[in-house]
Amino acid sequence: MSEALATPFFQRVLIAALLASIACGVIGSYVVAKRISSLCGGLAHAAFGGVGLGYLLGFSPMLGAAGAGLLASAIIGTAYRRLGSSLDTVISLVWSVGMALGVLFVALAPGYTPDLSSYLFGSLLLVPWEYVALVGMLDLGVVGTAWLLHKELQAVAFDEEFAEVSGLPVEPLFLLLLGLSALSIVTLIRVVGIILAIALLTIPAVIARQWRNTLGGIMGVAIVVCAASLVAGLLLSWQLSVSGGISLPPGPLAILGLAIAYASSSVARRLRD
Amino acid sequence: MSERATPAIELRGVNLHRGDVRVLEEVDLRVERGAFLAVLGPNGSGKTTLLRTILGLIEPQSGQVQVLGGTPAQARGRVGYVPQRAAFDLDFPIRSGDVVLMGRLARRRWLRRYDASDHAAAQNALETMEVAHLADRPVGALSGGELQRVLIARALAMEPELLLLDEPTASLDERIGRGVWEILEELSHHITLVLVSHDIGAISHYVRDVACLNRRLHMHPDGELTDEILEATYGCPVDLLAHGHPHRVLSPHGEDGGHS
Repeated sequence: MSEALATPFFQRVLIAALLASIACGVIGSYVVAKRISSLCGGLAHAAFGGVGLGYLLGFSPMLGAAGAGLLASAIIGTAYRRLGSSLDTVISLVWSVGMALGVLFVALAPGYTPDLSSYLFGSLLLVPWEYVALVGMLDLGVVGTAWLLHKELQAVAFDEEFAEVSGLPVEPLFLLLLGLSALSIVTLIRVVGIILAIALLTIPAVIARQWRNTLGGIMGVAIVVCAASLVAGLLLSWQLSVSGGISLPPGPLAILGLAIAYASSSVARRLRD
Repeated sequence: MSERATPAIELRGVNLHRGDVRVLEEVDLRVERGAFLAVLGPNGSGKTTLLRTILGLIEPQSGQVQVLGGTPAQARGRVGYVPQRAAFDLDFPIRSGDVVLMGRLARRRWLRRYDASDHAAAQNALETMEVAHLADRPVGALSGGELQRVLIARALAMEPELLLLDEPTASLDERIGRGVWEILEELSHHITLVLVSHDIGAISHYVRDVACLNRRLHMHPDGELTDEILEATYGCPVDLLAHGHPHRVLSPHGEDGGHS
């Protein structure tokens, strides 16, 4: 374990994982408290359309994913505020249209599409320093926003009607929250991939919710849980490859670890009550 | 003061329909500042819609809505609202005291944290509603009556000029319910109060004016409410509805003599 920490490669991956945990814990707490994880599932999958467009037109697929995620959050966010009951349909549409476009764009893209699977399944071990810098900036944005707009975001997450009555611009604030969710999800795509991004975003906050009764408290615990699961996944992945010669990606290991942690936490919670 | 000249609420010819269903029809309503008005009507008569229209949460298809001398949007932050049922998820991670503190949103500028005056106002509201001891309790752990009081406290923390209440005593038991009535009566000397209820028995003699709503609205200043009007509103004999207190609404003149 100590030799792992001594290698620059491992250090870079570790820093990336810890930084991703911050945005993940803060945004995941809002998502879980407001029960909008299905919305965020839509955002994650819609982002694949942007990945495909990036391959087709030759710009960074990550940039494409961010653009598509933001566009999807604008569509779903507006639908959420105005449509009510038909929201489900809108989410499924955005979800599947994003994926379909992504697949078509990739098929149209000239030549070989390198590391396409890293967007679907993640590739934490391959993240470059630019990615680490990107996640660092996102953290600043997310934590800064949550700090400065804490009372407004909390009000909109808790009770939109009362926030409206108090004169808050509820729709812009909700779209801001969804936009930040989209950006956080896009960074998590490199960690665990589109398919598992929602799990990494929400399970730590769900576990934290079992032990904390305020948004701030949940955020703190969720960050720690998310970081712990990723570090555990990384160490296990390292250990397996060094001693057993088995090469397993750390992201899915972290997700399985989170599932076990959730089950244990639920049992512990029940025993304590 | 010119402020005094404009009524707290003025609705003119308000029509509101949802799809084919007419919810409000040609509603005219004028509520003077300092009034204490109860709007009575059976379930589905448009009471909540009326309040939401005054709050500007929904827009009528036709007619004019003026609140505190401006549009509902301009009056935001000066109008307190106590919903009938919590519009939020009871599992949301938040303590009762923080819910009441939210009443200060309209007073606190962007990017600013709540300050000592906000905390003092919230504490004051908690004490007025006798729920200060519940401040640290998560909202999900409150009983129906406790939650109702916390929601009223949240509206009071706004220090509103006009307070709208949707069935304020529906989830309170008789004893606690009377306590709330006394608090409302006390408040009515400082601000304008409008409440809606389906329960005639719930309208205490503290209320000074009564209106009946069943898509159309009929004003009855000074609580003048006859059996005929109630029958027309509810569509069935009043005795059945009033359930033993048929004259509760009619009695304020003689009994408390306190209204002006």
